[in-house]
Amino acid sequence: MLSRNLFKKPNNVLENVGKTSKYVKPQVPEDLWISCANCKTLILKEELFENNKICPNCSFYYRLAPRERLAMIVDEDSFVEHDKNLVSKNILKFPDYDSKLKKAKDTSNEKEAVVCGVAKIKGMECALFVMNSEFMMGSMGVVVGEKVTRLFEYATQNRLSVVGFTVSGGARMQEGVLSLMQMAKTSCAVKRHNDTGLLYITVLTDPTTGGVTASFAMEGDIILAEPGALIAFAGPRVIEQTIKQKLPEGFQRSEFLLEKGFIDAIVERKALRDTLANILKLH
Amino acid sequence: MAANTAYDKVLAARSNERPTARKYIEGIFDWFMEFHGDRRYGDDKAVIGGLASLYGFPVTVIGLERGTNIKDRVERNFGCAHPEGYRKALRLMKQAEKFHRPVITFIDTAGAYRGIDAEERGQGQAIAENLYEMATLKTPIIAVLIGEGGSGGALALAVADEIWMLENSVFSVISPEGCASILWKDPKYAREAASCLRLTASDLFSLGVIDRVIKENPDMSSTIRMLKKRLRVATERKLQMPINDLIEQRYRKFRRQGL
Repeated sequence: MLSRNLFKKPNNVLENVGKTSKYVKPQVPEDLWISCANCKTLILKEELFENNKICPNCSFYYRLAPRERLAMIVDEDSFVEHDKNLVSKNILKFPDYDSKLKKAKDTSNEKEAVVCGVAKIKGMECALFVMNSEFMMGSMGVVVGEKVTRLFEYATQNRLSVVGFTVSGGARMQEGVLSLMQMAKTSCAVKRHNDTGLLYITVLTDPTTGGVTASFAMEGDIILAEPGALIAFAGPRVIEQTIKQKLPEGFQRSEFLLEKGFIDAIVERKALRDTLANILKLH
Repeated sequence: MAANTAYDKVLAARSNERPTARKYIEGIFDWFMEFHGDRRYGDDKAVIGGLASLYGFPVTVIGLERGTNIKDRVERNFGCAHPEGYRKALRLMKQAEKFHRPVITFIDTAGAYRGIDAEERGQGQAIAENLYEMATLKTPIIAVLIGEGGSGGALALAVADEIWMLENSVFSVISPEGCASILWKDPKYAREAASCLRLTASDLFSLGVIDRVIKENPDMSSTIRMLKKRLRVATERKLQMPINDLIEQRYRKFRRQGL
């Protein structure tokens, strides 16, 4: 189970006291072991990586960086990256945006919040985009919108299916309405791809929210999700502020969306590669 | 009316004194009949829409309606639509496509509603579907922002051939208060946030996001007269275009956003 307070930040230092005082940090070499972010069990890092970054104890899904995701999904050495040098500019001269971009580049080792390209999944060629939670929480600005749009245009021209992995906090407010317009821009490109009879599969991963949910994440022919992923338009914290009450357990998780009829299937991480390949083969 | 800073414009756009969508619809069209319901779940009163006559020509009109008095505002959820509101709008747009009559939308909302029921019924999916379908709707679409254009909830009616803004309306990816809470951990810096967000009609015109700023006159009837004339000219011109050219032009309009 994911922490219900995933998006909740402590209002002050005191709020964290209960949590931290109960938990005494064990004395272990940090490069070998980590404590699970969900169940706090000590797990061998190696074991975690072998298990596709899922906690062997509580089955908590760690978020994957785009390169980790690609390594898990596509055939070895088949990925050819597109537009890898497109970088965001501070078009509106928004305060602190330049430093945020720099920090995001440093921590994620990527130039923007989405990686796009073409690859093969078990021999099946397709276009792929993988969003990145480490880069400003996968927020969509002009460059993310542009890269996704170019990928769909490329796929339309070259008659390729598109497989997209989403993770996003929504539109990137530092780019104002221009980021909002990316929702329209990407939707137009997805629609064109659709209208030529091509397949688009989205895989929603934790968390997919805001403007990405309200555009290309929900526009797939087939919408899959990883277990326990938060999938929302308005995130839980925003809703709790609006309605001034706590949300029920499991609200806005993949399982909830499946029950409400908004996704096609929940697919476990270890089955994703085979599932995608099987779907692609039948199109 | 003299709104100087960006935040003053935001406050003016939200003001209860400001005319809502229904006022414009009643003023502009010779005849209007409201059609209800999304045929799937219910009728969302935050969205009004139906068939109207513009100088005798048929048009489909859709508006986000905030309401005019306290009871009305509560009933209309202050103009914050649920998924069924966006689905009603899409139903009416598809109807317009069938009869090849132009769609005119009036946008005035703080944003799509953020609540449990809205999420349960797929707020994100409903907005996404509107963007997706409007991209290739085979009839002209003109969107007019008349008050507050709040994020995805406003965009869901704005994937149009032309986006116009009344001089004192605003259009933003996030409310200035929300932006200030995230950036400076305090909504009281909303004034600063508003100027950073570049959300006024003149800002958005210079950024190439919108196509026209409509000058507002303190006397509303002259603003309405101007809108009425411009809508007639624009819809006539768009109707004369071959439909594939219109859709290609719409694609290119959104394609160049931000570049």
